[in-house]
Amino acid sequence: MTTQAPPQPPATSPAPPPKPAPRGKYTGAEPNKLFWILLAAPGIIWLVILFVVPFYAVLAIGEGKLNTQTHAPVAVYNPFGWSSANLSNVLHDIFGAQAFVGPTVLTTIWYVAAASILSLLIAYPAAYFVARFAGRRKGLFLVLLVAPFWISYMMRMLAWIDLLQTNGYVNKVWSFIGLGSPNWLGGHSYTVILGLVYGYIPYLILVLYAGLDRIDPSLLEAGRDLGLSRVSTFWRVTLPLSRQPILTGMLITVLPMLGDFYTNQLLSGAPATAMIGNVIQGQLTTPFAAGQGAILSLIVLLVLIGPMIYYVVATNRTSQAAS
Amino acid sequence: MTGTLLKAKTSGPGTAGTRPRLFRNPWRHPWFLEGFTWLYLVWSLAPIVVAVLFSFNNGKSQSAFQGLSVRWYWGDKVNSIWYNPQLHSAIFQTLKLSALTTLIAVPVGVAFALGINKWRGKIPGGFNFLMILSFVVPELIFGVALYFIFTQMPGLRGVGLGTLAEVLGLVSWNLSWPAIIVQARLVTIGKQYEEASADLGCTHMQTLRRVMLPLLMPAIFASAILVFSGVIDDFVVVDLLSSNGSTQPMSVIIYSTVHGGNNGPALNALATVMLLMSFIVALLGFAGYRLMTRGQRIDNRQTLTAITGSD
Repeated sequence: MTTQAPPQPPATSPAPPPKPAPRGKYTGAEPNKLFWILLAAPGIIWLVILFVVPFYAVLAIGEGKLNTQTHAPVAVYNPFGWSSANLSNVLHDIFGAQAFVGPTVLTTIWYVAAASILSLLIAYPAAYFVARFAGRRKGLFLVLLVAPFWISYMMRMLAWIDLLQTNGYVNKVWSFIGLGSPNWLGGHSYTVILGLVYGYIPYLILVLYAGLDRIDPSLLEAGRDLGLSRVSTFWRVTLPLSRQPILTGMLITVLPMLGDFYTNQLLSGAPATAMIGNVIQGQLTTPFAAGQGAILSLIVLLVLIGPMIYYVVATNRTSQAAS
Repeated sequence: MTGTLLKAKTSGPGTAGTRPRLFRNPWRHPWFLEGFTWLYLVWSLAPIVVAVLFSFNNGKSQSAFQGLSVRWYWGDKVNSIWYNPQLHSAIFQTLKLSALTTLIAVPVGVAFALGINKWRGKIPGGFNFLMILSFVVPELIFGVALYFIFTQMPGLRGVGLGTLAEVLGLVSWNLSWPAIIVQARLVTIGKQYEEASADLGCTHMQTLRRVMLPLLMPAIFASAILVFSGVIDDFVVVDLLSSNGSTQPMSVIIYSTVHGGNNGPALNALATVMLLMSFIVALLGFAGYRLMTRGQRIDNRQTLTAITGSD
């Protein structure tokens, strides 16, 4: 950067005064800024009304009051009138003596951690193989890796529900090996974790593939030429270079998993396996609790805002580096 | 300890220690990795094949195959997707939502991308950040917020739940696709084309219409494909914002029927229709993208990553 500084001053030094431009001629950004502002305006207005305002409304409802007759939440839009009743209720639910949200938070963390680590252990080798060794069959592998993208999430869950019935195909295999016929869909954490892995792994695999595919093969050849074995080339060149894709890939699977309520509802349905998403979704339609649901969803948002911003910054950086 | 172990290993095979590559081809095929990848692919796709097979089941079971039939498509006069009004309307609701959302989200998103790209400064940067943030916020949190404004907030309460709310919600949720993809494309196109067109005396509008939009067409098309198929697949936003059975698209019907515990092969048939729709969109997307980028150095693989948004 600094070495490039000297040649720059001439370029930025006063440019020849622009000739009086005829109508419509390109005159730099300033004079026609309005044109671009107008072009961006519909998107901005949409974003403000249907992205920013909704979150303010959630805050207003969460910090609002309860209609004592109908038990419907009443939003308070003026911050000076906010009450913290819901907030203290929610905090009580999470940390209090009879907390029911607290254990759910722990369940959620455990499921998401287990599912994302398992996903990484499965996705990385597969992505690594396709990116590095698939050769001429890369296209075929890529089509197969991408296929789940075009299959609805609900259908993918439905497929497993069919297979995991007590008299389904999985149990046919299971009892053939002599493992009996477990009731997979009877509210087990392992079923939920496997469901989460199955549901979100395609996203992770594609991010990893894209990252690994971008690694310059000559770097690996250099590693080999300098006497590293295949394994140590992987450890000392490939793995450090894939740290960024691993992080963004994990984020892109972890963020939706934390808002997931349908996977465990479909594959288990038991309250014992409920995740934070189930609590939010359940409170939403319960008259008393809608305000608490609002606060809870804001707390989740607050916890996730850091990782979300990290993701945005990281992907921006890679896209700038790529171009 | 490990150091000596490593040393012993590298100098192990006697005289060959100096040139181990003679004995082990450094680029030999990793059969273990390939086997693992195939296992993953079977695990990831075989259940879908089974689910599609069950949609042609002659019996009521989803766990035992009892012969081939199309009864769950149109044979059964009550429960097949052709005759069951709920399943039937779900297909059209999905198509309607996909079409409307694409028609609104793509123009708005593309215009946003173009405007933000040219309007320099801190303000557009902030809005752009907001746009990308809407891309990564968990869908449930976003859906809850939309649910509250459409049911509670004065001014927007009039929208209520139903098709209008679903479309508004889906557009907000999918707006970031065209915005992000077109911006990425603008960066790779660079400035020279616009500047040339401006030098030749084009107004902003003419440059936009005759130079920029044709150049951006593949990116716009890819984002339309992504939005359309994204809406087919969408569940959370439509689940929260649909009012009753008549405004529920396929994904919500599948979820609520399975959750209610009375799923049968007709549901598999519905899911298969959904699958078919997505695959048709994907194929159209692939073919269209190839057609638009012919003459450019773009191969099948790049096309594939473009229409899945993983570029």
